Amino acid sequence: MARDGGVSCLRSSETMRVGIGGMESPPLDLDEVHVLAVDDSLVDRIVIERLLRITSCKVTAVDSGWRALEFLGLDNEKASAELDRLKVDLIITDYCMPGMTGYELLKKIKESSSFRQVPVVIMSSENVLTRIDRCLEEGAEDFLLKPVKLADVKRLRSYLTRDVKLSNANKRKLPEDSVPVNTSLPPPPSPFTISPDLSDSSPPLTISPESSDSSPPLSPLEISSSPLSSPIDDEDDDVLTSSPESSSAPEESPARRQKMTSPLD
Amino acid sequence: MDALVAQLQMQYRNYTVSLYQQGFLDDQFTELKKLQDDASPDFVAEVLSLFFEDCVKLIGNMARALDQTGTVDFSQVGASVHQLKGSSSSVGAKRVKGLCVTFKEYCEANNYEGCVRCLQQVDIEYKALQTKLQDMFNLEKQIIQAGGKVPQVDIN
Repeated sequence: MARDGGVSCLRSSETMRVGIGGMESPPLDLDEVHVLAVDDSLVDRIVIERLLRITSCKVTAVDSGWRALEFLGLDNEKASAELDRLKVDLIITDYCMPGMTGYELLKKIKESSSFRQVPVVIMSSENVLTRIDRCLEEGAEDFLLKPVKLADVKRLRSYLTRDVKLSNANKRKLPEDSVPVNTSLPPPPSPFTISPDLSDSSPPLTISPESSDSSPPLSPLEISSSPLSSPIDDEDDDVLTSSPESSSAPEESPARRQKMTSPLD
Repeated sequence: MDALVAQLQMQYRNYTVSLYQQGFLDDQFTELKKLQDDASPDFVAEVLSLFFEDCVKLIGNMARALDQTGTVDFSQVGASVHQLKGSSSSVGAKRVKGLCVTFKEYCEANNYEGCVRCLQQVDIEYKALQTKLQDMFNLEKQIIQAGGKVPQVDIN
């Protein structure tokens, strides 16, 4: 377990077959799907890492925007044309972080020529419309409300797979996208620590049949509250209405909406 | 042997359901269980263990921040409360999360007595959850040792 707040990284590539509630997706070549997860909370890092791994992604989890930039090779000013560029298919970051917020990280990524095409997803515990709009305007692909659930991550994976397939196609001819792509991850640089896997990585992971897609058979309970249950959450402030008219751009509406943007061209 | 397993499984089911009904856990805990499988049979226990370590650390920070002779830096207290709120939300620790919401409001209102009360309550609450979950995990172990499988509990 990565307790030092550094980088946790999978070493092995695993071919996983994801079978949820009877639906099976074709096995992904995991060398192609790499997610960089950024969150200052260790608990959240472990959870998001697990969510992503269970949906067939390779994950690098870091604890700050600075570490993320460092990992991407964006932390120095000079052009990194000579750098063996990492292949990152998705960046998922917490919004509220000390030092550099997720929004600031998003901006830096979108300003970089190497990584601006990488989809960036923002996570936040606070459902604030202005915050969501600001992130989407800055080029965020999606906005997830915490706590993040399996259904959220599976939704991300569905559009990620589509994008990855396109970039795979590009790799076989001349790459049409501006991002030079490696076919395999370089070994992690030495300052980073590798986390021991929480799971035994050798057998293929199977998902227990009770887990399911967005409409789980085990419906998430909300048992009637005990007297000690929570008062009104502050998330109720600035609550988004789920109807599209609340936003000027219907396709960029509230969190947990269906993914609308088109795949990479 | 089967009778024992069946009895333990029933105990386990009832106990788990009661934890949800009493508001200790919410559906995010159910989400965590979905991430556990035969390859990672202890995932939930490991995450919760990290969470409880987080509680100790953050509550310590809050206590120190509230213990200043002179002016209390409520934003410092609030920062730790915000972190605890986040991690309790991520693991489904419903009561702890609820307390953090209230606690955060007292921080924003610079309400010292309110903060101190919340601090005491949060301390009691995370420990109570820790005990309850330990009992739940022990039941799981007993079921396995008796040769049975831990049932998936339908919460509805």
